[in-house]
Amino acid sequence: MSAEIEIRNVSKSFGSAKVLENLSLSIPGHEFVVFLGPSGCGKSTLLRMIAGLESVEDGEILINGERIDHLPPGQRGVAMVFQSYALYPHMTVRQNMTFGLENINVAKDVIDARVADAARMLEIGHLLDRKPGQLSGGQRQRVAIGRAVVKEPNAFLFDEPLSNLDAALRTRTRIELAQLHQRLRSTMIFVTHDQIEAMTLADRIVVMNNKKIEQIGAPMEIYDRPATRFVAGFVGTPQMNFLDVTAARPGALGLSVACGPKLSIDTAVAPDVAGEVASLGIRAEAVSLAAPGEGQADGVIDVLERLGDRSLAHVRLDDGQMVVANESGQTRLGVGARVALRFDGTKAHLFDGAGKAYHGREAAP
Amino acid sequence: MTAVQAPRKPSHGPHSPDWKNALFVAPYLFFFVTLLVFPLFWGIWLSFHKADTFSSGPFVGFGNYVRLFNDKVFLQSVGNTFYFVLLTVPTLALIGLFLALALNARTRTATVLRSLFFFSSVLSVTIVTLIWRIVFIPQFGLLATVYGWFGATAPAFVSDPNLAMIAVAMATIWWCLGLPMMLFLSALQQIPGDIYEAAALDNASRWRTLTAITLPSIKRTFALVIIIQIVLQFQLFGQAWLMTRGGPNNVTKPIVLYIYDTAFRRWDLGLGAAASEVLFVLILLAAMAQYLISRRKEDL
Ligand SMILES: Nc1ncnc2c1ncn2[C@@H]1O[C@H](COP(=O)(O)OP(=O)(O)OP(=O)(O)O)[C@@H](O)[C@H]1O
Ligand SMILES: [Mg+2]
Repeated sequence: MSAEIEIRNVSKSFGSAKVLENLSLSIPGHEFVVFLGPSGCGKSTLLRMIAGLESVEDGEILINGERIDHLPPGQRGVAMVFQSYALYPHMTVRQNMTFGLENINVAKDVIDARVADAARMLEIGHLLDRKPGQLSGGQRQRVAIGRAVVKEPNAFLFDEPLSNLDAALRTRTRIELAQLHQRLRSTMIFVTHDQIEAMTLADRIVVMNNKKIEQIGAPMEIYDRPATRFVAGFVGTPQMNFLDVTAARPGALGLSVACGPKLSIDTAVAPDVAGEVASLGIRAEAVSLAAPGEGQADGVIDVLERLGDRSLAHVRLDDGQMVVANESGQTRLGVGARVALRFDGTKAHLFDGAGKAYHGREAAP
Repeated sequence: MTAVQAPRKPSHGPHSPDWKNALFVAPYLFFFVTLLVFPLFWGIWLSFHKADTFSSGPFVGFGNYVRLFNDKVFLQSVGNTFYFVLLTVPTLALIGLFLALALNARTRTATVLRSLFFFSSVLSVTIVTLIWRIVFIPQFGLLATVYGWFGATAPAFVSDPNLAMIAVAMATIWWCLGLPMMLFLSALQQIPGDIYEAAALDNASRWRTLTAITLPSIKRTFALVIIIQIVLQFQLFGQAWLMTRGGPNNVTKPIVLYIYDTAFRRWDLGLGAAASEVLFVLILLAAMAQYLISRRKEDL
């Protein structure tokens, strides 16, 4: 009950606006894949093309080796959970779940068994005779998932199914979705622009931006070795610090780069890319605070975000650049305090002018 | 300064009546009362009196009503009206629904056809009956010509007692089709598109989508159309008067025409008023019955 999905050289435009350009992607069976990207980058469009709700104008889509891009949505063996849930408002929860099965003449007792199973798994047994209008958002969400589950599809397609839920429920449902995937072992494709959802759920994340796939990889791979400056900036909270590189020369560990006249950071990136380097990226957790004069650069705390377990110090360096550094939750420093920054260069990334990333050996997972 | 406010007077709470608001409805209320409520009660009062144009005579109790229900012409007109409503209302609802389903598209053709079908609604009853009299003219009319092509003779719609009401109904349906169609169209456009996508993923055939998704979604509009049309068609007057004068042999004489004849041609205002009250009650009952039926299967 799980499908390999193969997307080959797919393109799509709406009128004159190109939305996807020559996209290829292969998803092995059982995998939980998350499409992650900023709003409007074409995630939903790609998902809807797999579902058959948008036409494929160029390229092909295969499920288990068979071309399905010309088949009507119902015959592709996929089930979709919509962001708006799209439950049938005039049908009861039970009817919502049985509708698709009745349409393909599944035997009555099989339908009953599947509905009972799904209802038990999703804990919606007591809601079966209600209409969607009588359910809370979270309950509707479960029904929408239940409607997909009873179809026993080869692949589940989720289009931002959690975005209408409150924070607590979102976290809980996220965990339940992960459990659902473990239990059913079906291929699942999940669209989101929330990177925490992507990081926690995915076997592999497909980062999309501006009509293209930027990177495909396991969550920690995306986090530790972002392929491009876009991925580096999009994944991770707070956003990675970017500093312009003014000079680069071989140093003790690898390439030693200068970011402005006073700041120089030793990275672990191989020195042979010296000519290409345009910027340096470093996450807040690789930057720490020290007493003035004891780090690579001095500055003043502009903003201090207290997150409880840790604080984020937004430091304005003396040359004007802003850098976010990690600080403990109990810090006694306050806004206006003068501090020095210590950069852990082994965890820094370098990017060339086109955004391609170079990583040091130390940054490997 | 604003932090400390005097406790609000309860009469100024968000849901308590504020008489200043009445000012906004006053103009409408004035015309509603003078043109609708006052005549209603005056009509009731009149129906209990022997009245002609020059004087309202003595109180006669239910005398007018007794006379009314002994009048064969009145009873016939009630029957005629029901027959007419039965002919027109379901047809209007079904054809309106069918047209709306067929023309619910964003194509240019659909837009043009929608305007075309709605166009007849803006015509006055005089023009409509004129057009249909031309259609029904024996020997030269449109109908006669079409029948002629097949070597047949068109039935004499307007003069045949069995067909006259059908002729009036046909003209009426053609005239009134625009409103039901538009109501259904707007209802169809309210249905969220994603449930159709869900249905497509659920393997629903076109027929199944229509019966299981579309029609249940516009149930309320269907009831609304029926109520509106019942109320409207019970008041048949212009078409019958202009096409057939209520004939032949009173078979197309509706209640309103009976009222007109009695009150304004025979000047029996009391009897006319009594007939009006009967019509009023009939419309009220029909509307209420429809309302109750559509409410019974309440769903969210
Ligand atoms: N039916 C349509 N007609 C025209 N343009 C469309 C249509 N659907 C989507 N687009 C455009 O295609 C682009 C991609 O849309 P898509 O819905 O795939 O974005 P998304 O990545 O899902 O964004 P979000 O995270 O906001 O849901 C957008 O620029 C959007 O304006
Ligand atoms: Mg989307």
